[in-house]
Amino acid sequence: MLLNEGKILELSKKANDIRISIIEMLLEAKSGHTAGPLGMTDIFTLFYFHVLKHDPKNPDWEERDRFILSNGHICPVYYATMAHAGYFPVEELKTLRKFGTRLQGHPHREYMPWLETSSGPLGSGLSQAAGMALAERLDHGLNTHRFIYCFMSDGELNEGNSWEGAMLAGKHRLRNLIAIVDRNNIQIEGDTEEVMPLEPLADKWRAFNWHVIEVGGHDFTSLNQAVEEAHAIHEKPTVIIAYTIPGKGVSFMERDYKWHGKPPNKEEAAKALEELRNVRF
Amino acid sequence: MLNSKLKLNPKIFSTDCEQIPTRKGFGQGLLLAGENDKNVVGLCADLTESTQMNLFADKFPERFVQVGVAEQNLVTVASGMAAMGKIPFCSSYAMFSPGRNWEQIRTTITYNDRKVVIVGSHSGISVGPDGGTHQALEDIALMRVMPNMDVINPCDAIEAKKATLALAKTGKPAYLRLGRANSAVVTTEETPFNMGKAEIFWMPDVGLAQVGIIVTGGLMHRALLAAKELENPPAGGEGIKTKVMNLFSIKPIDADAITSLAKECKAIVTVEEHQIAGGMGSAVAEVLAANYPAAMEFIGVQDKFGQSGAPDELIEHYGMGKNSIKEAVKRVLKRKI
Repeated sequence: MLLNEGKILELSKKANDIRISIIEMLLEAKSGHTAGPLGMTDIFTLFYFHVLKHDPKNPDWEERDRFILSNGHICPVYYATMAHAGYFPVEELKTLRKFGTRLQGHPHREYMPWLETSSGPLGSGLSQAAGMALAERLDHGLNTHRFIYCFMSDGELNEGNSWEGAMLAGKHRLRNLIAIVDRNNIQIEGDTEEVMPLEPLADKWRAFNWHVIEVGGHDFTSLNQAVEEAHAIHEKPTVIIAYTIPGKGVSFMERDYKWHGKPPNKEEAAKALEELRNVRF
Repeated sequence: MLNSKLKLNPKIFSTDCEQIPTRKGFGQGLLLAGENDKNVVGLCADLTESTQMNLFADKFPERFVQVGVAEQNLVTVASGMAAMGKIPFCSSYAMFSPGRNWEQIRTTITYNDRKVVIVGSHSGISVGPDGGTHQALEDIALMRVMPNMDVINPCDAIEAKKATLALAKTGKPAYLRLGRANSAVVTTEETPFNMGKAEIFWMPDVGLAQVGIIVTGGLMHRALLAAKELENPPAGGEGIKTKVMNLFSIKPIDADAITSLAKECKAIVTVEEHQIAGGMGSAVAEVLAANYPAAMEFIGVQDKFGQSGAPDELIEHYGMGKNSIKEAVKRVLKRKI
């Protein structure tokens, strides 16, 4: 579905609201990941407010698209987006990581049954998504009408399990499987190309028989076009390598790997919130 | 005497007692489960024939997924299929699954509450000539420690078939442990099978038992031979009365049956083809320590790796044969309070 200017403005405002929620919830939680969630906010917003076929008031709707978050540690953006989309009250975001919360430090289906899977340990989401796509093909053949989306990090491509899943999806030409790789170039211990080089990343996916689209991770129009292109590919699974800026939206957090795994303190949060609340659309 | 209510194999004590690997029973069971329910799917990591999933794969090729030599993928793809309403059985050798993919099983199957059956064939020392790398002696411990995971270790091929059919209907994650080598068929098609329930296969002709022998898996036949010789020693003299319990369901564990056996005997020997640390014997000890402490002896591998050899040879060498069971019964009898 194409985006018009009005929708783009609406998505931009929504993404900003979600970033505000992310900072607020991390401040309250006093632990958690900051850079990844901020970097993926635009993509989550586009999916939950434009791309995904879903119904927050009827999460078990059989015809829904399936959404897998493989790198569970960026769940602040997942939770915040779902709350803003209407799955649960926005106020509940303040319970992140606290005793008794449904919003664990990494997502758990038992408490949030509308999640398609629990995640945290890296590298297993793509295989689960591939299993869903296989089951879908078994039931509906090639005329499948549901898409299986798997959001992944670049760091988790260090895991062998990721490539086992990629190999299987390529073998079965799972056209309804679409992976989105958050190419932000950071992982806990630093630059991905220092820790364990991934490049040439697009070539790796092509070698596993995937259709590859590379796109900037913060422009709704080109992201949406990438999804449309993925929908149109019939012979292969598609990976969208989305180049994102970790910490996007908060100037002093952008591109700094030190924000991968820590929350803002009170002063930092105040500064970040001031920036976000003064964005002009 | 054998428990007549259970209609066990009348040939148990004959030399012509049938010998079939438990994996064969699984293969037949999965084929039947596939015929009963179109949601049953099979996944295998390049060991389809040796885990006997080939019967299912040949009959239902569209419901079979060959994942290649990739056990982490095996169980995570299965988790995804279960999320869409399928009932996946994933087979490999126990050493690789659950040996290699434990965390994936934990996060994507048990923590996620996905109905997937992990089928670990070629467990135990009786794998034989392939040697220590391929002899899974730790898998019961790995699986029973995991919340929301059932652990099933059938005593023979017929029980393996029944367990497979039952697991296709259970609706929760489970581990099915199988063996490569031939093992004696001790039950019959008519033997009752109740998931989670431990039955007494052997009991004294008259009176109470002095020692309870609790067995899981393919060593059942050796335990029954031991029990018979203990009660009626071939060399004459006074015998030892025992009861032999079939504990195929290690989790959930039949704590009532185990406690009641301990109350009668006050001395227990556990028999399993697994490390003694963390296995079925440990599970029984946990039950008894909490409910009715009794003297115990543990038949199993004593904190060692295996090696190449014939299955029978290895079972004898590592102290799990008939005579080792008899010796353990005599030892525990002396320790009885």
